[in-house]
Amino acid sequence: MQELEMAGKGSSVRLTRKNDNVVVIEKDLATEEMVLSMGPQHPSTHGVLRLECRTDGEVVTEAEPYLGYLHRCFEKHCEHVDYPAIVPYTDRMDYLAGMNSEMAFAIAVEKLLDIELPRRVEFIRVIVSELNRIASHLVAIGTYAIDLGAFTPFLFCFRDREHILNLLEWASGARMLYNYIWIGGLAYDVPADFNKRVGEFVDYFRPKAVELSRLLTENEIFVKRTRGIGIMPADVAINYGWSGPMLRGSGVQWDIRRNDPYSIYPELDFAVPVPDGKLSDVGDCLSRHLVRALEIEESLKIIEQCLEKIPSSEGFDPRAAVPKRIRPKAGEVYARAENPRGELGFYIQSDGKSTSPLRCKARSSCFVNLSAMKDLSRGQLIPDLVAIIGSIDIVLGEVDR
Amino acid sequence: MEEAANVSKEVQLCAATYSVIHEKFGDAISAFDQNPTMPFFEVLDTALWTDIALFMRDHPKLKFNYMACLSGVDYPEEEKLGIVCNLESIGVYPHRIAVKVRCARQGGSIPSVACVWHTANWHEREAYDMLGIQFDGHPDLRRILCPDDWEGWPLRKDYRVQESYHGIKVPY
Repeated sequence: MQELEMAGKGSSVRLTRKNDNVVVIEKDLATEEMVLSMGPQHPSTHGVLRLECRTDGEVVTEAEPYLGYLHRCFEKHCEHVDYPAIVPYTDRMDYLAGMNSEMAFAIAVEKLLDIELPRRVEFIRVIVSELNRIASHLVAIGTYAIDLGAFTPFLFCFRDREHILNLLEWASGARMLYNYIWIGGLAYDVPADFNKRVGEFVDYFRPKAVELSRLLTENEIFVKRTRGIGIMPADVAINYGWSGPMLRGSGVQWDIRRNDPYSIYPELDFAVPVPDGKLSDVGDCLSRHLVRALEIEESLKIIEQCLEKIPSSEGFDPRAAVPKRIRPKAGEVYARAENPRGELGFYIQSDGKSTSPLRCKARSSCFVNLSAMKDLSRGQLIPDLVAIIGSIDIVLGEVDR
Repeated sequence: MEEAANVSKEVQLCAATYSVIHEKFGDAISAFDQNPTMPFFEVLDTALWTDIALFMRDHPKLKFNYMACLSGVDYPEEEKLGIVCNLESIGVYPHRIAVKVRCARQGGSIPSVACVWHTANWHEREAYDMLGIQFDGHPDLRRILCPDDWEGWPLRKDYRVQESYHGIKVPY
């Protein structure tokens, strides 16, 4: 290929000669920065997020996230409804992991009320929230694969997620917005054969998880697109308040189920996976994906242990400890739980007189994780930006609340 | 602080960190409130908040390197607005503590700690958006969840929603 410069000075047209055909390859090259709006309706932003990118050619010099398109005034609503009525709202925050959100809120209020729960309630809570964690990670992995151009893993993920949703629907009556974990207990006990079916699912799903990681994690194209992209060093990640798989992807072994344990997690044996730097560069997009893939296996382990240890349903009343009227004494609490996306915390302030909180703030994990986007995107290529957003695994319902 | 034997271990750790901060800043911070659900102290001299934050982050005995949460709160009876910060130390110490900072409802402001913890950047923007708290020295204090031209501060107790927004009827 031969390159010609036409007419010398003053013209910005560059020509290329190829097999005696003259092809104009660059004409009136604009060299200034361009502002490019990605979203709110863009498949790679996983919902209604808008990124205002300043681009220099294919390189993003800065990407500023704009949020709030899905703001539904969660915190304002909380001040006007009773405590039990807030639980359905928490479902609608992180709609991919409703059980985990409910559990975090229930823990916060229970801490404020200082009530003790029946053991079987704790076990059922852990089983359903770990099932929900697997379902949520499956969506995260599946949609991440789609972002990077792989369609089959997505179908595999959604096929298996369907089984989990069926199980949770059987227990609670709803597929995504459960209202199952109540303050002080559960809405219902699980159906008679539930534990058996969950056991069957675990046996069915184990080989499928291996198959999935064969298909995706060992895929050359996938690794090329994610390895070494969007590296976040551990100290910066902590300073940004990252949590969950994002923080562990940077090599920090921090899991609230371990480090600030709640419910029955201290009795259970599970590992907190962090990347070792062999398959991925620590802190890159691939590490974050790997952590999610490994966590699925840990969740399966937790579920198996719970199925073994769960007390029998004889004489069990899931609503035994549910208070008739929730009116906590004056005080405040900050309690959190490990969600699939990181630390979901609730700051609740009670005045001691009202049956609804004076102030209820939800500390959303993706909101905090996303706030590093501006720094992460600097100097990346546009296709890599898509890989980075996907690896953050945002749910806009929780970001905007 | 340690005399109460029924205080949990977590609160004792918290009290130990408080005494380090109290030694340095003295009367600029309030007494330690050792309630079991969220032990906290309050910054009385608001102007020192950034210094205290930096001290808490960098002191070798404290190392509060992680800000879990920053919530804006309205205190209408005292004519004040405030923030509650939940801090902890990841990977260094097992302690965690909450800090409160308050300012006047009219014309008051709180120094920004976005330069100390990056987490505070968006959380302070949210507190500004929802309660109208001014943060001095914040790099980019804009509304974050509401549109830029929204009127009023939604989470204040005396908030009245606007009648219409760009010709769209708001309250239903």
